[in-house]
Amino acid sequence: MTERSTGIRPEREYREHLADGRFMLLRSRSSGRCMFYPRVAEPVTGNTDLEWVEASGDGTVYATTAVNQRPPTPAYNVALIDLAEGPRMMSRVEGVAAEDVRIGMPVKARIIDEDGAPLLVFDPA
Amino acid sequence: MNGFPRGKTAIVGSATYGIGKNPGLSSMDIAVNASIRALSAAGMKPGDVDALFICLPDNFLSGLTFAEYLGIQPKITENNRTGGSAFLTHLQSACLALDAGLCDVALIAYGSNQLSGAGKPVTPTGAAPYEGPYKPRLPVSAYALAASRHMHEYGTTPEQLAEVAVSARQWANLNPDAWMQGDLSVDDVLAARRVSTPLGIRDCCLVTDGGAAIVVTRADRARDHASAPAYVLGAAAATFHHNISQMPDLTVTAASESGPQAFAQAGVKPSDIDVVELYDAFTINPILFMEDLGFCAKGEGGAFFENGHTAPGGAQPVNTNGGGLSCVHPGMYGLFTLVEATQQVTGAAGARQVAGAKLALAHGSGGYLSSQATVILGAGETV
Repeated sequence: MTERSTGIRPEREYREHLADGRFMLLRSRSSGRCMFYPRVAEPVTGNTDLEWVEASGDGTVYATTAVNQRPPTPAYNVALIDLAEGPRMMSRVEGVAAEDVRIGMPVKARIIDEDGAPLLVFDPA
Repeated sequence: MNGFPRGKTAIVGSATYGIGKNPGLSSMDIAVNASIRALSAAGMKPGDVDALFICLPDNFLSGLTFAEYLGIQPKITENNRTGGSAFLTHLQSACLALDAGLCDVALIAYGSNQLSGAGKPVTPTGAAPYEGPYKPRLPVSAYALAASRHMHEYGTTPEQLAEVAVSARQWANLNPDAWMQGDLSVDDVLAARRVSTPLGIRDCCLVTDGGAAIVVTRADRARDHASAPAYVLGAAAATFHHNISQMPDLTVTAASESGPQAFAQAGVKPSDIDVVELYDAFTINPILFMEDLGFCAKGEGGAFFENGHTAPGGAQPVNTNGGGLSCVHPGMYGLFTLVEATQQVTGAAGARQVAGAKLALAHGSGGYLSSQATVILGAGETV
């Protein structure tokens, strides 16, 4: 069987890059803007001149919540991170208690393995 | 020309059914029970309906099933599902279709047995691939993130969030149909178990069964069917995103577009509105919506709910049935805002009636603050 589609396969390629240890973002060549999550076309413009570029991994906490669990299991963090390249993504901040993650905190991306798949998390920078 | 046939259509029947628990009834059974009640209030039968607007939590083709169930053959079968805002967008479409003469009697219906059925919120969408691995406890974590940002930018406090729940409970205590009743203080809300900070369990809407329905006709027929029709003066909607990570600004919802548009259609302003019925899935919602709808400046929504301002006896009654926080929350609450707004402007709200209420605003929210729809209803003298 031949695969008929051409161009970007967003989710598959994103995960393959992550599995190779690289956090990659899709960028439109003409607009110069990065997007997250990866898509087959840039929002609003519809640009399909997309290329993968490596993210710096630098980010800032935009919003944060500590999700409580049944004690004694500690709460875990869920945060929205503004990436230095512009887009925002959901992730979590590790290395500090879930409740101590602060909005505006500078963070740095790290790829971990969780449940058998690569996953991007952040640490305080 | 403002894009909406102001006052040309009216709600002539409205009802709720089965608020609480209904073992042995399907979501469809509950929606039909509510519809029969609403039609009966309008002096109609299912066979009179020629336009059907519905979405159920557990049936993606519910328009077809509902038509079959009641033996009706609608000219318009609308299954639009934008989440909890869907029923207000249904009303927008129904009014346009009625005014254009495409149909004569529109029924908008909803029902859910999520408490006695699944026993937990039913969601029609799976985990988003880029959010799911981080295990946000949806929907609450999405709203918790929005609350965290609002607190950061505007100094909104947990006490102010709690005031939203306290106000809702005080209204619920006046509503015999409300599922949760009894005293509730700010301290009670703050002491309740945290779910996803800053939100605790009393910041979260209920999980109940329940159904609602409204019947809409053209204004020229309305007085034949209701002693006091609720005229539709404006209806507008806007969508900004779906997943919370894609919301452009967590402190500004699409109500900032649907609200001003609905007010322009109706030719009224926020200070004219007697009662406000908002989709209060979580305590942050009414704070965001009162700001975005123009009842107060951005950032002042928390203070708006202090000192009983929105509670019984307050200057700006909000969620007079007790809302999703204390009255009913069967998965998608939107249609209940329209039923309560109708009851208030037609003087049918019993012990919780706001004296002299002539103008009501109903507002629905779908997804994660994603899709917003605003409707303004008025009594006869407002047309």
